[in-house]
Amino acid sequence: MTVVAEPTRRGTVVRTIRTRAAEWIPAIVVFCLAIVAWQLIIDVFHIQKFLLPKPLAIVKAFWNERGTLWSAGWLTLKEALVGFGIGCGLAIASAVLLARFRRVSGALMPVAIAANAIPIIAFSPIFDAWFDPLSIWPRAATAAVLCFFPVFVNTLRGLTSVRPAQVELMRSYAAGEIDIFRRVRVPTALPFVFAALKVATVLAMIGAIVADYFGTFGSLGIAIKNAVSLFDFETAWAAILIASILGVALYVAVSLAERIALQWDPTRQERGSA
Amino acid sequence: MNVQPMVALSGVTKTFTKGNVTALREIDLQIGPGEFVSLIGPSGCGKSTLLRLIGDLTPPTAGTVTVNGKPAPQARADHDYGMVFQDSVLFDWRTVEKNVALPLELLGWDRAKRKARVEEMLRLVELQGFGGHHPWQLSGGMQMRVAIARALSFEPSLLLMDEPFGALDEMTRERLNIELLEIWRRTESTVVFVTHSISEAVFLSTRVVVMSPRPGRIAGMVDIDLPQPRTADTREEPRFFELVTEVRELLRGVGADEHGSVLAEVSE
Repeated sequence: MTVVAEPTRRGTVVRTIRTRAAEWIPAIVVFCLAIVAWQLIIDVFHIQKFLLPKPLAIVKAFWNERGTLWSAGWLTLKEALVGFGIGCGLAIASAVLLARFRRVSGALMPVAIAANAIPIIAFSPIFDAWFDPLSIWPRAATAAVLCFFPVFVNTLRGLTSVRPAQVELMRSYAAGEIDIFRRVRVPTALPFVFAALKVATVLAMIGAIVADYFGTFGSLGIAIKNAVSLFDFETAWAAILIASILGVALYVAVSLAERIALQWDPTRQERGSA
Repeated sequence: MNVQPMVALSGVTKTFTKGNVTALREIDLQIGPGEFVSLIGPSGCGKSTLLRLIGDLTPPTAGTVTVNGKPAPQARADHDYGMVFQDSVLFDWRTVEKNVALPLELLGWDRAKRKARVEEMLRLVELQGFGGHHPWQLSGGMQMRVAIARALSFEPSLLLMDEPFGALDEMTRERLNIELLEIWRRTESTVVFVTHSISEAVFLSTRVVVMSPRPGRIAGMVDIDLPQPRTADTREEPRFFELVTEVRELLRGVGADEHGSVLAEVSE
């Protein structure tokens, strides 16, 4: 913890926005340059379109197929969102439960970390046997299982990494376990939880799309697969573009929630928030 | 003493099972209401442990600890004392206001009552206008003042302070010493204060308890008869130096050098 006095930030909102914009400009410039370079390189080196279509061609395909692509995107997003909600919800609930029983969590932690290293996506076809393959559940389950472990491990770590002095202070006020949990453990864990939730948004999208590949009618994964099999690479790339937009949107949504929930956190900037 | 003591320890021994260290052996100490008692001694003399015993943050191995006429656990449950630690132990996620209000929330005070008291406390420690700041926006001295305001917010009759100014620079420390005495006089509370600094102990206290290390025992006591209220000038009075010398001699006798630091091995 720093002990340096900082001036109040009140009344400097405009300046903050301006500096934020200034921070973003280089990234936007780099992005635009990369797109232009992409377009030029294909022209200059005569790259075949099945290797890499031109950005403009992708945008055109995106526009022409927008109806089917967006509805496919919506289906896949639904799978990812449901999986994200269930996976993260169960992970946080389990972590809260285990934080109460230190010995059990000590025994389970190595198992959880090992399970985290399993390529869970490999189970995806199995879920088609477990759940109705025509429903969103097999895909949601894949996303949920992918989300579960990082959120579980991080939340548990957050809940148990409280500063002993803070617990001692609470004990000096004769505070019970529930008060210590609410007022010390949960706030301490929040930065850990949000870091994990951001990772989980990415995993949820990956889980949903990869699971789609095994045959989800009308999904984004199938849209990509079908377009490729028809040599319609522009449309495949346009579908990937939708997946990217949805993935980034999910990530940004969680980042915004984090920004609001962790306004107090002086180390948030250093931890690298998006 | 006819008056019921605020803190009474009799035959208190504390042994840590880890390493089988005897931190304190057969301590007898009585602190009357309204006293300002400093515990001083080399590292490893168990002065912090003694404070934690009074606060029932650790149980004694033998002997009894009585606070405000009750067993220490009962006194803790009744919120009879407020504690200030070496590190201010503020919660980053709470504003200064909410940090001060924390014990009041735990006591179930309603919002309006909390707000009024918090304002009063911030005025007491001269932090009006900083209620909306977060702890990390304040200097170390200001953070410590917040911790003191929090400890006093529910008007405990006893204030336990564990080297609260140890991490601060000399000038801040001397200013906070004077503020603390002012608060002590106004709130008429009893203070038990752990410190490494001889001059701080003499300046603040009505009585200095000198402790010896391994195992911790009370090596001697010095009554500080400097007149109240004490000011910056008090530190320049001949009597102040006499008392500092007296405490220093006692400390030297227990195996601490001039700066009150360790000659014995550390085991705190």
